[in-house]
Amino acid sequence: MGDKKEMKTIIATDCGSTTTKAILVEKVDGEYRLISRGEAPTTVEAPFEDVTKGVLNAINEIEDLSDRSFITGNLLKKERKNDKEGMDIYVSTSSAGGGLQMMVAGVVKSMTGESAQRAALGAGAIVMDVIATNDGRLPHQRIEKIRNLRPDMILLAGGVDGGTTTHIAELAEIISAADPRPRLGIGYKLPLIYAGNSAQKARDIVQETIGEKMALEIIDNIRPTLEQENLGPARHKIHNLFMEHVMQQAPGYKKLMSWTDAPIMPTPGAVGSMIETVANERNIAVVGVDIGGATTDVFSVFESENEKGDIEKVFNRTVSANLGMSYSISNVFAEAGLDHVMRWMPIHMDEKKLRNIVKNKMIRPTTIPETLESLVFEQSIAREALRLAFEHHKSLAVGLKGVQQQRTISDAFEQTESGQSLVDMMELNMIIGSGGVLSHAPRRHQSAYMLIDAFLPEGITTLTVDSIFMMPQLGVLAQVNKEAATQVFERDCLIYLGTCIAPVGRGKAGRPVMEVIVEHPLDKEAFIKRAKEESPHFPVVEDMTGHVIRKMMNYGEMYRIPLDLDETAKVTVKPVKGFDVGNGPGKELTVNVSGGTTGIIFDARGRRPFTIPAGDKERVQKLLEWAAVMEAYDVEALKKYISE
Amino acid sequence: MAQAFTPGLKVTQETIVKKKRILPLKGEVLVKEGDKVSYDQVVAKTDLPGNVIPVNIANQLGVAANEVRECMMKKEGDKVEKGEKVALYKSFFGLFKNYSISPITGTIENISDVTGQVLLREPPIPIEVRAYIDGVVTETFPQEGCQVETMGAFIQGIFGLSGERSGEIAVVVSHPKEELTADLIKAEHKGKIVVGGSLIRLDAIKKAKQMGVSAVVVGGVDDKDLRALLGYDIGVAITGHEKIGFTLIATEGFGEMYMAQRTFELLKANEGKWASVNGATQIRAGVMRPEIIIPVDKAFDKNKGAEEEGRGLQVGDPIRIIREPLFGELGTITEMVPALHKMESETMVRVFRVKLSNGEERIVPRANVERIEVK
Repeated sequence: MGDKKEMKTIIATDCGSTTTKAILVEKVDGEYRLISRGEAPTTVEAPFEDVTKGVLNAINEIEDLSDRSFITGNLLKKERKNDKEGMDIYVSTSSAGGGLQMMVAGVVKSMTGESAQRAALGAGAIVMDVIATNDGRLPHQRIEKIRNLRPDMILLAGGVDGGTTTHIAELAEIISAADPRPRLGIGYKLPLIYAGNSAQKARDIVQETIGEKMALEIIDNIRPTLEQENLGPARHKIHNLFMEHVMQQAPGYKKLMSWTDAPIMPTPGAVGSMIETVANERNIAVVGVDIGGATTDVFSVFESENEKGDIEKVFNRTVSANLGMSYSISNVFAEAGLDHVMRWMPIHMDEKKLRNIVKNKMIRPTTIPETLESLVFEQSIAREALRLAFEHHKSLAVGLKGVQQQRTISDAFEQTESGQSLVDMMELNMIIGSGGVLSHAPRRHQSAYMLIDAFLPEGITTLTVDSIFMMPQLGVLAQVNKEAATQVFERDCLIYLGTCIAPVGRGKAGRPVMEVIVEHPLDKEAFIKRAKEESPHFPVVEDMTGHVIRKMMNYGEMYRIPLDLDETAKVTVKPVKGFDVGNGPGKELTVNVSGGTTGIIFDARGRRPFTIPAGDKERVQKLLEWAAVMEAYDVEALKKYISE
Repeated sequence: MAQAFTPGLKVTQETIVKKKRILPLKGEVLVKEGDKVSYDQVVAKTDLPGNVIPVNIANQLGVAANEVRECMMKKEGDKVEKGEKVALYKSFFGLFKNYSISPITGTIENISDVTGQVLLREPPIPIEVRAYIDGVVTETFPQEGCQVETMGAFIQGIFGLSGERSGEIAVVVSHPKEELTADLIKAEHKGKIVVGGSLIRLDAIKKAKQMGVSAVVVGGVDDKDLRALLGYDIGVAITGHEKIGFTLIATEGFGEMYMAQRTFELLKANEGKWASVNGATQIRAGVMRPEIIIPVDKAFDKNKGAEEEGRGLQVGDPIRIIREPLFGELGTITEMVPALHKMESETMVRVFRVKLSNGEERIVPRANVERIEVK
């Protein structure tokens, strides 16, 4: 691998389902920086059927933009000749052709079934179905389901070590009877990973039942005891099989694999490793999202108590296979429903027109919104895609189920079940957004606004976005050059949008929610001067005396104070009775917050539940008011659409 | 020369069309290289293993799993009839007899000593693959299928419903901007491929079904009408299996869309000829567009590769705009503007300067155009 030679010029690509994105990273004055990026439609499909064509086209765009040469004929120049020609290393991720699609099986759906699902998702797979002995289906229905699915591989789990063998045999028999065929390639054996009860008897049964029909791999149990989950070996094996079997079948991948200096990673696996690194290095709770054309991945790192009673960080990833902004846009619309999408729209559109716009985007997925109306509509759908994907994530990112909890008499009135969601919005420190609709939003304020509406952060939360959608490339680059990946991530990838401060509580429109007191680094005079220079990005803030801004906020309001990335402000929030900003209901909280492109955003629209006015007129008025506060859109231009 | 890569739909008067006809699993290929085949000829067949029905004999007879084998009256591989006794357990010195009855006709696939289950498999389901187009077999894939080639006109649509069908082309509108209304679809169109102009509404769709047309090819269709037709929303764009009685192909998109002049003219020129159509659309993972193939009985060089595929867009290329506000407009690229351009949505994108068919010049995002083939 390339870590022995000096790495000055690095090319990394991400072959997505819609577009292939390439980045050029170079060491400049001792530091790795992003130099240029290019993109082109992915070419896994007919008429091209060769992923490397899209890769070359994307790199060709970098050549155009940076006046460099990286391609000769249909090949990459893998030797760096000088500052103008060639590269030191090339790496790539891929989710093209539908990514890695898996089916998992476990004995009890909410126990080993869920562990198997987490292992597959953590490795970057889309889980097509979870088969379990208690999944409510009759055996022949399970067989039929497996036959109709065409997975890339199967993960079979079940039983703690020394536990059930009968149920494993039952699952093995069902899979064997169904004899599923692989999605890509005819006549090759479908890989099956057995990661259940490690007793020799259980393994022998699986070997006898499935061994001849499928490419069987036996690894450590993913759930050796009820209290313990051991996902590492399964994830590792899935990665290896993805490379050895699945990738070999996809069009052009053999060639692509011969070009790369490190194994090709599934895109979500690469993004996940970046998010996990951020959470661990900064010791914070993080939620990350990557909204693509076909799928939306959500990642989270929260603290949880392990079986020994120690606090540890738990990483979770989910993929919502049919929530996305191009191929799957129609499904977002179908799943969320017309009303849910329309509640974010300050412009009226009739149902027929809306439906046709959605379908036209689905059939021509690479088009981009040219008009403001199209943009607002796409961002409304994005809010729903993100919301639905996050709901899905919360339901899967849970503690281990089936674990016996020791309770004392004091717990008797506060009984919690095992398997509660690990996602605690009040504990959450940072949201990282990635994917075209968030990374390429014309205004960064729009990204902040979408993240707030979709995730409804509570308390104090830092909002960030992947600048140009390059976390996948950095994730795979980290495998060969961690220094380069980290430096580019810090300097060029992660954009700080700002800090969202949102109290939790129910209220009535117009009634007080909290008083905010902000000690701003600028005094009133400097503030007004900058507001004049940078209007409307930098709004005039009233209620300012010296460096201090005071504002009483009412229910249903948003309020934004600009604060640059390198600036910090001391913020005191005094919530009224019944509202909690992190210290408990009605309790004051003082924190130092750092800024970003959007600044500090105070959101007094309530949480649990979050509400939008039901009446059409009131709703549009509120949406325009919030859009103006967030400086998300040109409100005057929006009004033009309303009056039309 | 600078190029921009944007996939477009093929509308070609004469090309070599190659169709792989592959079985879903290994079987028998019935044709050989050089054979002339017709669209409805079976070229390969196989037997899909029948469905599996598990029967928990241990539970039924009240015995331990490892005793099931002793109770079986049939062994693995044996044929059974529906209602036939397959296992027997005698208790009380043979006074009481408990039987297990086969719920299906099929074979005994497996007897498990661990779970006590017996798997019964139904008889195989025969699967046949037809040639789909009139043509010549140019390649066979042992046990898998073959490739059929023909010379003919080839038109790709943008979205379709239902699968492979064939019929004679009947153009029932006089202009590509004309709507295909219900009154234009008549009894004489039974089994035909009816070509309309800009739009088909629900009442006309129902009429087409009622008249038993083979297929409808039209510029656009409202999604609201498709929902009413299917009874559900199309979530993910994978179609081809809809049971709507005929194949529906939209050549341009959703909503009222004038059929591209060239597409209309090509269909008009082939009126009365036999064509094969397929509405199957898959936009993700192995993109598949609906198609109309009109074979011509003409010799061709099978070694000649398909024409140049995937050339990028260049100055002078005719294009169609595929996103509002100029959706459906045709034009020609006059300049590939290298610098990023700010659109009304404030998106910064790479653009083309395009001369529209009315002579007006407009800036259009590169991502929002598709090439029109002019062969």
